[in-house]
Amino acid sequence: MRRQIPLAITFICGVVMAIQFFIPHQISQEIYRGALDWQMIIGGFVLVLGIGSLVTHHTGKLKHQRVGWGYSLVTLLSLAVMAIAGLFFGEMASGKPFMQIFIYAQNPIQATMFSLLAFFIASAAYRAFRARSFIATLLLLAAIIVMVGRVPIGAKIWSPIRDISTWLLDYPNMVAKRAIGLGVGLGMISTALKIILGIERSYLGGGK
Amino acid sequence: MSTQIQSEEKGCLRWRITPLVVLIFLVAFCGRIWAQTPGDTLLPSPPSGVTAFDTPNDAGRNITINWELSPDDGKGRNTVMGYDILRSESREGEFVVVGSVVAGISTFQDDKVENHKGYCYKVRAKDHLSSESEVVGPVQASGEWYNTGRTVVLIFVVLFTSLVIFFVNSAKRGKKLYVRPIPGMDAVDEAVGRATEMGRPILYILGLSTISDVATIASLTILGRVAKKVAEFQSKLLVPCYDPIVMTVAQEVVKNSYLDAGRPDAYDEGNIWFLSRSQFAYAAGVNGIMLRERTATNFYLGMFYAESLVLAETGNIAGSIQIAGTDAVAQLPFFITSCDYTLIGEEFYAASAYLSREPKLLGSIKAQDWGKVGLVALIILGGFFASIHFDTFVNLFTVGH
Repeated sequence: MRRQIPLAITFICGVVMAIQFFIPHQISQEIYRGALDWQMIIGGFVLVLGIGSLVTHHTGKLKHQRVGWGYSLVTLLSLAVMAIAGLFFGEMASGKPFMQIFIYAQNPIQATMFSLLAFFIASAAYRAFRARSFIATLLLLAAIIVMVGRVPIGAKIWSPIRDISTWLLDYPNMVAKRAIGLGVGLGMISTALKIILGIERSYLGGGK
Repeated sequence: MSTQIQSEEKGCLRWRITPLVVLIFLVAFCGRIWAQTPGDTLLPSPPSGVTAFDTPNDAGRNITINWELSPDDGKGRNTVMGYDILRSESREGEFVVVGSVVAGISTFQDDKVENHKGYCYKVRAKDHLSSESEVVGPVQASGEWYNTGRTVVLIFVVLFTSLVIFFVNSAKRGKKLYVRPIPGMDAVDEAVGRATEMGRPILYILGLSTISDVATIASLTILGRVAKKVAEFQSKLLVPCYDPIVMTVAQEVVKNSYLDAGRPDAYDEGNIWFLSRSQFAYAAGVNGIMLRERTATNFYLGMFYAESLVLAETGNIAGSIQIAGTDAVAQLPFFITSCDYTLIGEEFYAASAYLSREPKLLGSIKAQDWGKVGLVALIILGGFFASIHFDTFVNLFTVGH
């Protein structure tokens, strides 16, 4: 019974939502909207569980002074400051403490993390473009053509490079992307079917 | 001297041309004003061929009105500025404006109607005067019970479902199915074993999407298989989560896997926790875990965005074995560059079946392969028919909203 009930719920919900996709009627739309509303309601409740999990995890680290407990302290303090600023010092209006912290602390920190990507791209590109084999050399050449062809100076150096670059993006690159896309589409349907029909039930435990 | 003469000639020329240009502008301006002044009693030609019908394949409460542009719209006297759409509940009743569109537009959707109630329409072409079309209707709005625009999707889903069921049943009957090796999944045992030998934890990232994403669900099914191996090898599994709902499900999945492996005592709920709902805060948190805990193996399976390379490169610098899989095509090159093994697109969806080696799950992979064969055949046929301008075949696959 412990396994049958979740499987039955999954089957009914899956079939209803799949049929709903083909029915544009008002009733069908209301069912869909209802499902989305319930997802948001559940999400709201589960967020409490999420915050509980975060607090438990970091207080545990603090308590036992595990490696990096200082970061846990910063996390908990940040959580408390943001919660107090939001709950007791006004809503999300500009000029209020919550928005001030968001704009002048959180946003720059996130932008800093994002900007690290430039350095990671450089190191990854260095590894990827080492011409160690024929295929790697082809990749390197294609990358050089595309990169130089995308900037204005490329056409100044050699005018056909822009067209070659566009051709590489529009044909060989697009073919590969669409081939992967078709495989992904089939994989998605297959996974959804396996779960709806109860063929894949590893998420319930008890599989081989 | 020569320069002075040239300058005088230019001056004369300017004096001759300037009044001429001003005169042309004045004539054109007056002509335009003349055409649109109240003294101009010529009405714009009315729009013709007005049709009103219930908008197809919708939820109801929507009527579409089409018309042919007035002969004075964009051509003729070219005075039409736009159209008003007027509605009444009877042909003789009072018509009220329910919407307007600019010149050149010949369609309008009235979404402020009630279902199963008759409405009449006419369209008014307007400049400073206006002329109205014939009245059409009454027409009623209603919601449809089947979206005819999605028939091709339905046919494909039915065919593919049949293929899946057929191959799953074949596999159940004991038919041997060949599935090509997936190196990334073959490496799971090695990766978990290495972590056990080194006494370091395994990091599993479920991606940055929600539970409604199929990629997240596929990742959860793989997590179940990986967690079972981790429990058997008596290693440690860390699963920092981006979404609280995914976290709750992941906790259940891992708990069940430990139970299956006969090691429920080894399960620690605290190792599957909520990290952050902010993309780069999450990336920073995971990077910290990799560097502090010195994870031996990192799994990145699910939906990823710009943080993919930040995570994978940090793992690479930390010297971990890395196995990635995603259906986000834009992130695949980053994972291929930085990870030891990458499951590309469909391989990611086949991974759970591949790990389990259960015949009925392998049957679904076989159905995927035959689905691809069908699609390739359709692409070749479509290319051929498009080349000979037989568009009917290509139009068969147009999907409506």
